[in-house]
Amino acid sequence: MRITLKYFGQIAEVTEKQEEQIDIEAQVIAELLELLYSKYEGLKSKDFQVAQNQELVINTAEITGAEIALLPPFSGG
Amino acid sequence: MTNRYNRHIILSEIGQAGQDKISNAKVLVIGAGGLGCPILQYITAAGVGTVGIIDFDVVELSNLQRQVLFGKSSLGKNKAIAAKERLEDLNDAISIIAYPEPLTYQNAITLFEQYDVIVDGSDNFETRYLVNDACIITKKPLVFGAIYKFEGQVSVFNYKNGPSYRCLFPNPPEQGSVPNCSEIGVLGVLPGIIGSMQANEILKIILNLGKTLSGKLLFYNALNSKTSTLNIKRNDAVINEVLSAEHNFSAKSFTSSCEQNIAVSIQDIIQKETIQIIDIREPHELPKVDELSVISIPLSTLEYKLDSLNTDKAIYVFCQSGIRSKKAVQFLKEKGITNCYSIKEGALEIKRTCQVLKT
Repeated sequence: MRITLKYFGQIAEVTEKQEEQIDIEAQVIAELLELLYSKYEGLKSKDFQVAQNQELVINTAEITGAEIALLPPFSGG
Repeated sequence: MTNRYNRHIILSEIGQAGQDKISNAKVLVIGAGGLGCPILQYITAAGVGTVGIIDFDVVELSNLQRQVLFGKSSLGKNKAIAAKERLEDLNDAISIIAYPEPLTYQNAITLFEQYDVIVDGSDNFETRYLVNDACIITKKPLVFGAIYKFEGQVSVFNYKNGPSYRCLFPNPPEQGSVPNCSEIGVLGVLPGIIGSMQANEILKIILNLGKTLSGKLLFYNALNSKTSTLNIKRNDAVINEVLSAEHNFSAKSFTSSCEQNIAVSIQDIIQKETIQIIDIREPHELPKVDELSVISIPLSTLEYKLDSLNTDKAIYVFCQSGIRSKKAVQFLKEKGITNCYSIKEGALEIKRTCQVLKT
């Protein structure tokens, strides 16, 4: 399945891109994250939530969407 | 006589009735920094009847790049008081209240109860979670904004049975894992954009006009001008957890790692005699600080050198930019050494201050 990944803030700094398309065999979000952790070493230490097609999802959620975003919290003001 | 609010009143969507709602509204802004300044400027100009400003910090030269309420004459002044002075010139027909103190678990509830809308322009997670939880307890809508370098987030929480910040990020990230503006820098105009979006949300709430960002988190990227919006659902379990801990709320305290407790300005301490200044940079890092008596203990060796510290004296730690020194202070506090502080802007700040003191 081909999905579009979107990265924000510190996450985009780790991946060195704001967006990419990848082909995955992963069925659930947790599997996708494992894949991303092995691809991007620095990702593991980052806090973020995952959204699938603009809806927040938990790690056990099935991958059904075309767009998955990794959203970190910002603290600056 | 032309009414000050004429351009609002002639909008059929607002009119005199809408302007009266704005005049009767009470809005509390947490933090008069990068976000707080444009928020305060626009809600004051709009005629919000009571504007509260809480900030314990003082205006520094490096704030003027983005904190547009302040000028050279504000340097060294408390931000809440300096903002009030500027805003009273902008609009003296409203009531502006400055609270030149930190927001704490002890004062938040009483303070929030006196306002209709709470606005978060703070710069650290600890305050953000405190603000969120106090809004849940006092049932106040929260207009949220946060920034990171070139990106910003805006939302409305706790409004009309909508989600809270904890429904999005249930718990604060580990201390020090997400740097703030003073540590990593920020494009000056970014808080101007995000703060203005927050001011817009405030007015929509007061006027009950249009659609707020309740249930949504808006991301804005200043480098490509792209916005993305994500849907957030209310998580009752998370909110009930905050409510069930309500009786403990005012007994809580900030953990030691909060910037307001540990980061200090070198100017405040340089004249003190009973202190130890520790350079936790690696030996090769420049510039060397030779203006003061400094002990070199690289961060990587700190855990083995604890015995060499004189805990009878206050310990001031510095590095290059204030990030590693904060980690070091965190570590020392975990080891039971509580009388320690991180020098905000590191070696360069010390050199600069020594230079000024010499001349």
